[in-house]
Amino acid sequence: MPRSLNRQGRRHPLSSIVLIMVGLFVSGGAYAALTSTANASDATISATQIADGKALFAANCASCHGLVGEGTKAGPSVIGVGALSVEFQVGSGRMPMSGSGPQAEKKPVQFTQTEIDAMGAWVATLAPGPAVPDAATLTGGDVSNGAELFRINCAMCHNVAGAGGALTEGKWAPHLSDIDPVHVYAAMVTGPQNMPVFSDLYISEEEKNDIIAYLKFVDENPSVGGFDLGSLGPVSEGLFVWIFALGGLVAITVWLSAKSN
Amino acid sequence: MSDTNSEITVPAGSSVARPDRLQNPGFEPPHTRVTDESEKRMRGAERGISILFMLSGFMTVAATALYFIFPIVPGDLSSTRNNNMFVGLAIAAGLLFLGIGAVHWAKALMHGHEMVEERHPTRGDDATRARAVEIFQQANKESGWTRRKLLRNSLVGALVAIPIPAVAMFRDLAPANTPEEVLKHTIWKKGVRLTRDPNGVPIKASDVTIGSSFHVIPENLLELEEGYLNEKAKAAVLLMRLPQESLNESEDRKSWSYDGIVAYSKICTHVGCPVALYEQQTHHLLCPCHQSQFDVANHCAVIFGPAARALPQLPITVDDEGYLVAQSDFLEPVGPSYWERVR
Repeated sequence: MPRSLNRQGRRHPLSSIVLIMVGLFVSGGAYAALTSTANASDATISATQIADGKALFAANCASCHGLVGEGTKAGPSVIGVGALSVEFQVGSGRMPMSGSGPQAEKKPVQFTQTEIDAMGAWVATLAPGPAVPDAATLTGGDVSNGAELFRINCAMCHNVAGAGGALTEGKWAPHLSDIDPVHVYAAMVTGPQNMPVFSDLYISEEEKNDIIAYLKFVDENPSVGGFDLGSLGPVSEGLFVWIFALGGLVAITVWLSAKSN
Repeated sequence: MSDTNSEITVPAGSSVARPDRLQNPGFEPPHTRVTDESEKRMRGAERGISILFMLSGFMTVAATALYFIFPIVPGDLSSTRNNNMFVGLAIAAGLLFLGIGAVHWAKALMHGHEMVEERHPTRGDDATRARAVEIFQQANKESGWTRRKLLRNSLVGALVAIPIPAVAMFRDLAPANTPEEVLKHTIWKKGVRLTRDPNGVPIKASDVTIGSSFHVIPENLLELEEGYLNEKAKAAVLLMRLPQESLNESEDRKSWSYDGIVAYSKICTHVGCPVALYEQQTHHLLCPCHQSQFDVANHCAVIFGPAARALPQLPITVDDEGYLVAQSDFLEPVGPSYWERVR
């Protein structure tokens, strides 16, 4: 009893307001989600969705990307980047950025899928750009071909097992485990941040599917060689051997030369 | 020696007995172990050691069983994971218990007092030495080694001649000519199309969108009968398209690119790692081995790291059908420095 009283006393005076806000967001979000499924089944982009997207963009993105997406000193133009860029940048939580730095970091996603789709729909009206593919088309492919393409085109930055790696001046190539296939596809097509573009003219849609299949294979199959220690290669493995194997040898040597008590 | 020594005169009584001279400390005071003092502890150690040996035997049997419990299934690479790990761990544990048991036996149960084992003198006794001399002299007398000079010298000559064929044979392991020509040239030449690695599909200039980076091999690479990997290791190229205005090209190299598309050797000028970590916004190329950085916008000049030179640029243009082709081979050797290279 005293415990619950204590809790009562600690509750912040603003908590009820926060609670109401959360409730409003949840009900609004649920309503929006329901209406969006209706939209998706129609497979059309409604004028209201575009208007919503424009309003969301103006409220959340325009301070850096400009009111009509023309770009400012703080952020690049989004004209012609397409709905796919919006899906990748906002859908993976990289945008909106929390602050300027060498690279936009992945964060918890700030918008609902409906809001992301609305912003994507509006950005797509600015100029033609890549559209979001149907996730059902990105399910499978030839794993071994994907692995070869990955080794040639991706592994130098993302590591052959997709564990990620360092780039110059504080930038890095992120790890690729458990990434939404749509985002993998989007990254190849749009070339976000410092990643080069791998358009369909270079790596076809089918080959992209193969690469996605390879990443899925790596996710689902444990390393053949036993513990992968993060798949970071000789550095982490060397450190492990240096500390544990050499440490064990030193301990055994000390024990060998010590007198029995 | 004895003459020079005798010239130095040492006044009598000048030698000093140093008090801090290291004395032979002798043995440490005898150390009694718990197993020496108590019969019960000795029995305990005995039991412990035999348990270690039994564990070792158990682990060896377990390793055999685990080999069959986690079989290697042909075609299933992941089946080797558990097989190798468990069999390896069991064998390692078996050997480890054996070794620990043996050492513990010696330390706890075998006698623990220290002793000195004197070294044997290396010099033989006089009788052995005299006999050895006698044998040599007898052999000399019987064979006439010192007397039959022609015989002896012809034998020595023949022995010296034996390795001469080896010199001729091993000499052929090295390339016949200096490898400089091989290092200077790649299989790129005028009109060779730039094709995709690994399938050899030619690249149209219009395929290369801004921000793209293509991994390129020469069209004639796949036609090679032999030496594919050696030639690929020299001829690999990274193709990138930058916005034309961000390319900062020197006058004499303006014709080497096409509409913002540039092609550079992928082989680092430091020690030859493939440089392909391309950042499309900064136009920096990073070598993953030793962190050399090259600025693609400025003819791949070195901006950081140990690389000695900028990456060599492959002059490119387009042919009648719109495919990217090389204008010529690289105009300087690709890859790291070598002995004969001037700069």
